[in-house]
Amino acid sequence: MRYAAFLWAVAAGAVDFNTAIAPVLTESCLPCHGSGKAGGGVRYSTAASAMRTIVAGAPEKSTLYLSIESGAMPPGEKLPKAQVDAIRDWIKEGAKWPAGLSLEQARAAVNERELVKRLHDKVAANSALPPATMAKIPEGDFVMGSNKKDEAPAHKVHIDAFYMDKYEVTWDQYRPFMFAKDEGVDAVSRPTRPYVEMSFGMGIEGFPAISMTQHAANKYAEWLSQKTGQFYRLPTEAEWEYACRAGTDDTPKDLEKYAWFAANSGGKYQKVGQKLPNAWGLYDMLGNVMEWTLDQYAADYYAHSPAANPRNQAKTPYPLVARGGSWQDGAEKLTCTARVGSDPSWKEQDPQLPKSIWYETDAQGLGFRLVRPVKIPSAEEMYKYWNNGVERDN
Amino acid sequence: MEDNRRDFLKTAGAAALAFPALIRAEQATNAIKVGLVGCGGRGTGAAAQAMKADDFAELTAVADISQERIDTCLDQLLKTSGQKVKVEAKNIFLGLDAYQKVIDSGVDVVILATPPGFRPAHLRACIEAGKHVFCEKPIAVDAFGVRDVLETAKLAKAKNLNLVSGFCWRYSNYIVATFDQIKAGAIGDIVAYYATYYTSPVKPMPPASARPAGMSDVQWQIANWYNFQWLCADSLVEQAVHSADKIAWSQGDKPPLSCTAVGGRQIPAEGGNIFDHFEVNYLYPNGVRAFLGSRQIEGCWNENADYIMGTKGVCTIGRSPMPKITGQTEWTYTGTKYDMYQYEHDMLFQAIRKGQTINNGERMATSTLLAMMGRMAAYTGREITWDMALNSQERIFPEKLDWNGSLPVPPLPRPGITKFL
Repeated sequence: MRYAAFLWAVAAGAVDFNTAIAPVLTESCLPCHGSGKAGGGVRYSTAASAMRTIVAGAPEKSTLYLSIESGAMPPGEKLPKAQVDAIRDWIKEGAKWPAGLSLEQARAAVNERELVKRLHDKVAANSALPPATMAKIPEGDFVMGSNKKDEAPAHKVHIDAFYMDKYEVTWDQYRPFMFAKDEGVDAVSRPTRPYVEMSFGMGIEGFPAISMTQHAANKYAEWLSQKTGQFYRLPTEAEWEYACRAGTDDTPKDLEKYAWFAANSGGKYQKVGQKLPNAWGLYDMLGNVMEWTLDQYAADYYAHSPAANPRNQAKTPYPLVARGGSWQDGAEKLTCTARVGSDPSWKEQDPQLPKSIWYETDAQGLGFRLVRPVKIPSAEEMYKYWNNGVERDN
Repeated sequence: MEDNRRDFLKTAGAAALAFPALIRAEQATNAIKVGLVGCGGRGTGAAAQAMKADDFAELTAVADISQERIDTCLDQLLKTSGQKVKVEAKNIFLGLDAYQKVIDSGVDVVILATPPGFRPAHLRACIEAGKHVFCEKPIAVDAFGVRDVLETAKLAKAKNLNLVSGFCWRYSNYIVATFDQIKAGAIGDIVAYYATYYTSPVKPMPPASARPAGMSDVQWQIANWYNFQWLCADSLVEQAVHSADKIAWSQGDKPPLSCTAVGGRQIPAEGGNIFDHFEVNYLYPNGVRAFLGSRQIEGCWNENADYIMGTKGVCTIGRSPMPKITGQTEWTYTGTKYDMYQYEHDMLFQAIRKGQTINNGERMATSTLLAMMGRMAAYTGREITWDMALNSQERIFPEKLDWNGSLPVPPLPRPGITKFL
């Protein structure tokens, strides 16, 4: 069964929920008892809903077991005995349901993996070079960090070659991802409609896109990859710093010639590419909008990070690293080494729960740019780049 | 008149705004039990904020028409509020009368977060039963509802019950600071107010083919509540009412003399009956004008801003992240912004603990009516005075509602043909 190929953390006990129970519920129950459709008021998408018809430890008192055992459910053919027994034993063992698991989300993850696999094959077969709006960043070594606080220790890092957007991603590029109609079955998941006007009156054409979550930036990268056949993703924190330094020690002396920040931005972001580029042809690395990276923020990460192509894979929704400072920041925050961790307050204006996984409404100085590594990763790696796994706040 | 929220905030001072003085454990004598009526995204958010506002606030009862929404809501709240979610199975109520069961379950505070059509009856039942209330905006869909809420607000006052409204900008520190500037004369006398609420459609109507077999009119319409006048009061009153509330604020919450408006529907209604665009022109005493534009159409210029024009300068909110005043006085808000949604609840629970009373009831009714009179003017094509609006006999929310019943949808209004009632 296709679903079984996708394994969640394996639960203890003789009957494994992920391989023995989830597939049965997904294939045989969810079609009529999923979210949105509740045949007879019964639902099996989440633990809270499923436990209405399950008495943990007592299959003989559980409507779920009784109805499949008698053959009343599912309508039509009775479930194979092995499946009925598995459900019985699972209930007898306490009906353990992995914390927070939604069967629908699990099914969506299976679909996403298949999508990424197809996308990987498409990218691998494409020999075209990235567009001229990207700069080639050479393979090399540099000293990352400084002796200051969370930038310490300064340490040597090796980075493989990649291409990087010369400009921050603009609304012109990002809005088609937000608003265009789905292109068909291979649709990457796309943002919900924003409740508020997301440029906050600061301008659209030529201006950087802002206030998206890292998840949204990841999905934009996936969407763009699908459209172009190139593999795009966010930079790692190390790649970002390497590209920002561009072979130099750190921050340029005449900052105002290179960057928009509190002293010269006029209280808003500015069109991308108006200031001088850095030595590798990248504009607005410092200032204008700070930029998402792939990494989890950890103040002590440099003390134990690997020497080549480090990446601190996210395990919690906050904090994630943004870099470069923004139009809102003072000059002291516009350095190639300064690290900012995302915070729940970036979503404060969202009055709903769960909060949107797409918008950081209160982070109006937050944007991103993409990279395209020279070496194309495996499908599994692509999946991990585009699905941070921590998109939900809680 | 009722407690003026803005003046209250003003006296409270900036420090208190940034760090609301919460009542902490040692001062609490017992739990404050909260009931939630309407378990959608906003209701879930409000419940989490309520539980965060007080160490001993706990959620004990919930109501909705959908078990699925209740499940999703409680799953979510268990993650954000943990042990404070104490909803026993017997206190989960389903159906159109579920709100009354929440009230009767022994709660102290009720959060009203259903679609607005139900609000007047829910609010009345809460206040009559002696409950404190957090009441989302808008508060009614027709003038019958507004008048009902005005009465209920008086009753709440007489009973010293807290009635905090979800007109959240009144609880936003940086918008309060901005209106304080205006009140202090930073732009001179206000001559005009232009407010925009141009967005995409909020919850578009699905095609009729998506309606499950056997689902009644009432159930189908509630499931798609945003598209029906009797549930959402129309886009102008449901969303742009925030702008109307700020216009009212700028005018000291005094009513306008009259208004005219244009409005209509550009995109197919798919069986719903709300407009997708309005432009309202209010006339205030001394010739002061306020203009309110609202639109919910894809692919257009989106903007949510306020331009407040005075004899000595202009205040602009929403064209940059921080409000600005230009003219004789140059001013920009430079402080931090805090979470106004949380602050609403912080203030509510603080008042309950201290035995004080906040009553936003009258103001939330008049701000809703301000948007509603614009809708009346747009629907009919007539000039509408404040008294006409306040005394309107148009009944939009059904007098009787049957969960399994049929409910024909009145056609889209036609200016010049639709009668003012």
